[in-house]
Amino acid sequence: MRLGYVIPFVLFFALAVALYVGLGLKPRDIPSALIDKPVPEFNLPPVKDHDKGLKTADLKNGEVSLVNVFASWCGPCRVEHPVFMALSKTGEVALHGINYKDDPDNASNWLARYGNPYTRAGADRNGRVGIDWGVYGVPETFVVDQGGRIRYKHVGVMTQEILDKRIMPLVRKLKSKQ
Amino acid sequence: MIAEIGHYALMLALVLAIVQGTLPLIGAQTGIDSWVAVARPAALGQLFFIAVSFAALTYAFVVSDFSVAAVVKNSHSAKPMLYKISGVWGNHEGSLLLWILILATFGGAVAAFGRNLPPYLRARVLSVQGLIGVGFLLFILLTSTPFERVLNPPADGNGLNPLLQDPGLAFHPPFLYLGYVGFSMAFSFAIAALIEGRVDPAWARWVRPWTLLAWCFLTIGIALGSWWAYYELGWGGWGFWDPVENASFMPWLLGTALLHSSIVVEKRDTLKAWTILLAILTFSLSLLGTFIVRSGVLTSVHAFATDPERGVFILAFLAVVVGGSLLLFAMRGPALKSGGLFSPISREGALVLNNLLLTTACATVLLGTLYPLFLDALTGEKVSVGPPYFNATFVPLMVPLFVALAAGPMLAWKRGDLGGAMARLKFAFALTVIVALGTWYMRTGGPVLAVFGMALGIWLVAGSVLEWAGRLKLFAISPADSWRRLRGLPRAAHGMTLAHIGVGIVIMGITGVQSWTEESAKVMRPGETISIGEYDLTLKGARTVEGPNYSALRGTFDVSSEGKYITTMEPETRSFRTSTMTTTEAAIRPTLTSDLYAVIGDPDGKGGYATRFYVKPLVHWIWTGSMIMVLGGFVSLSDRRHRVGAPARSRSTVTLKEANA
Repeated sequence: MRLGYVIPFVLFFALAVALYVGLGLKPRDIPSALIDKPVPEFNLPPVKDHDKGLKTADLKNGEVSLVNVFASWCGPCRVEHPVFMALSKTGEVALHGINYKDDPDNASNWLARYGNPYTRAGADRNGRVGIDWGVYGVPETFVVDQGGRIRYKHVGVMTQEILDKRIMPLVRKLKSKQ
Repeated sequence: MIAEIGHYALMLALVLAIVQGTLPLIGAQTGIDSWVAVARPAALGQLFFIAVSFAALTYAFVVSDFSVAAVVKNSHSAKPMLYKISGVWGNHEGSLLLWILILATFGGAVAAFGRNLPPYLRARVLSVQGLIGVGFLLFILLTSTPFERVLNPPADGNGLNPLLQDPGLAFHPPFLYLGYVGFSMAFSFAIAALIEGRVDPAWARWVRPWTLLAWCFLTIGIALGSWWAYYELGWGGWGFWDPVENASFMPWLLGTALLHSSIVVEKRDTLKAWTILLAILTFSLSLLGTFIVRSGVLTSVHAFATDPERGVFILAFLAVVVGGSLLLFAMRGPALKSGGLFSPISREGALVLNNLLLTTACATVLLGTLYPLFLDALTGEKVSVGPPYFNATFVPLMVPLFVALAAGPMLAWKRGDLGGAMARLKFAFALTVIVALGTWYMRTGGPVLAVFGMALGIWLVAGSVLEWAGRLKLFAISPADSWRRLRGLPRAAHGMTLAHIGVGIVIMGITGVQSWTEESAKVMRPGETISIGEYDLTLKGARTVEGPNYSALRGTFDVSSEGKYITTMEPETRSFRTSTMTTTEAAIRPTLTSDLYAVIGDPDGKGGYATRFYVKPLVHWIWTGSMIMVLGGFVSLSDRRHRVGAPARSRSTVTLKEANA
């Protein structure tokens, strides 16, 4: 019973140490358990007012593609959106979207207001497909190779810098292997 | 000169705070009464000097003294007086000064009105308050002094962030801080009790009013913030689960739990260690809330990197206060003897359930708020956990809380009769079913959850009213006798009923606005009409209007319903001269059951204007309900027992009442 009184302190101590260490660490990538694994089996209907959904076969068609997980309720998604709009104009790589746990109307309005950079955008209303993809926060962006294998995962906002320095070199490397 | 006086007064306050934080504490441990007696004058002196300092800063803002850096950064000579004053706390440095002014005010209140507290307890409480003051004063003086001068004073200031130039937000921070800092009282009493190793009903009787007061202020602060977001941000949202809101919501959740658990300590002399722990955690979260918002850590952990001095101080201060008090709790907590036993089905049991659900809910919010922060700290990535997480974790915890809330107050202390309580709630249950069916009938096709939400809200309201009527034996005895019972009922009982009714109303408000909002976003030309809900809106025209420090685009809409003219609405978009930012001033037409909300945006260059309209059913109930909760809190505070405070005096009032009866 006495032990119970110590628990709050121990928990706080652990938290404080984690924060202290965390603030001192350098940024690094989070490993994804799905790297180099085939994309999960899924079949998503299109986002409301759009006609192309997203399914496994769309990612195994011999093309390198990016899959971006987004939602209208997600603030950082607004930040990275212009980067994807610019990317889609170049047409250099196919960009698909998974609309994660979103209200259909909000998602449709969001794409109407800020533009739709996605070739295909599937609506994952209950987040089940997101679980299969190992999504744990929005936004996330995956690089998928010609054979439908996940080759890279980026957690967080996609900036022009990350796209130019990390994502696109990988995309080009994958393309050259064809 | 005035600014230097302010700065100097702050240093004197620090010296007094150090005295207040040490001598009385040591005196109480070693029995040196003259040291114990230092607590009162030191607390009053600290209050005096901090008040002088705050007045000095306010003066600098009022006269627009642009030789003071904080004024240059946050004020402008053309700003209306209200925002010159609110500019004092509309920035990091000034807001900390406000924080510490409130802290010293609470300390001064204990010094001035705490005569009937046991002297050693009072000395220790004041000492702990003094130590918190030392931390904050050091933080201000070392890293964030508001009295810094600029060498070449500019002709005018940069102006206050336009979003903050609004009456709702001008008073949002002071109320929030009154709440945060108010919980420092519960904290100081908790630490003092741990040092003494004693918690008794008299202690709880002292802590409760302070906690209740803090809770009322925090509720007002949160409601103001939500109301402001609703009418100012231009899309009619009332709450977003954003980190800054969560920072104030977490202490509110725990404070609510503390409010209820201290009742158990007072009435039943049990749950002591738990209540102490809650008091510590509530204030810890208040500190976290203050710092996290102020330091900008939540929006970006890089705030630490850009301003390492502040960041490290904050972390160290939090570690000392939270870590130190939890360590003290680990060492002294087991010494607190627990009182009466109770069965799970009892008033105590119901309050324990309340506490479990509220603290778990708070933990889920904490996790959702800090997870993105940790991820950002560890990997530099930004993610959004977002409303789906909070809705999925928070709402399921609140539902059982609200279901049980109606029954809890009907259970007796020690051993309750759940069957009896349920039997007394049969009217509430019947009403709930009627409302559910009515909602279903009127809004077929709407979300099923809406039916559930409305039912839950009415269940709470009806249950609370029934409990109150039961105490008065309404309709069971003659109205005159009921009236006598009503007069005899402690105010705290009325307060509880009001607060619980308020919760029910808030639930219905949230349900209404989340389920049945209608929206329209269109480019409109003058003369065009759109329909939304029962309304038709015609854009009559738009023109530019000049304000004191902004110019606004003002649209004029005629609103009619079924061909009959109702009103004219004039929403604005304001562009501020000192900033590139614009703010939207929505026009809102409230009725009892819904709000019509209109926004005008940028012209499209072809004679049209971007417009947005919403019909938001029941949205005002959210703030009305919150204010009823606050009213309940204040009614309860006016209870004689709380005002008198000390056990001896309250006993005498009881005998007085008995003598009258």
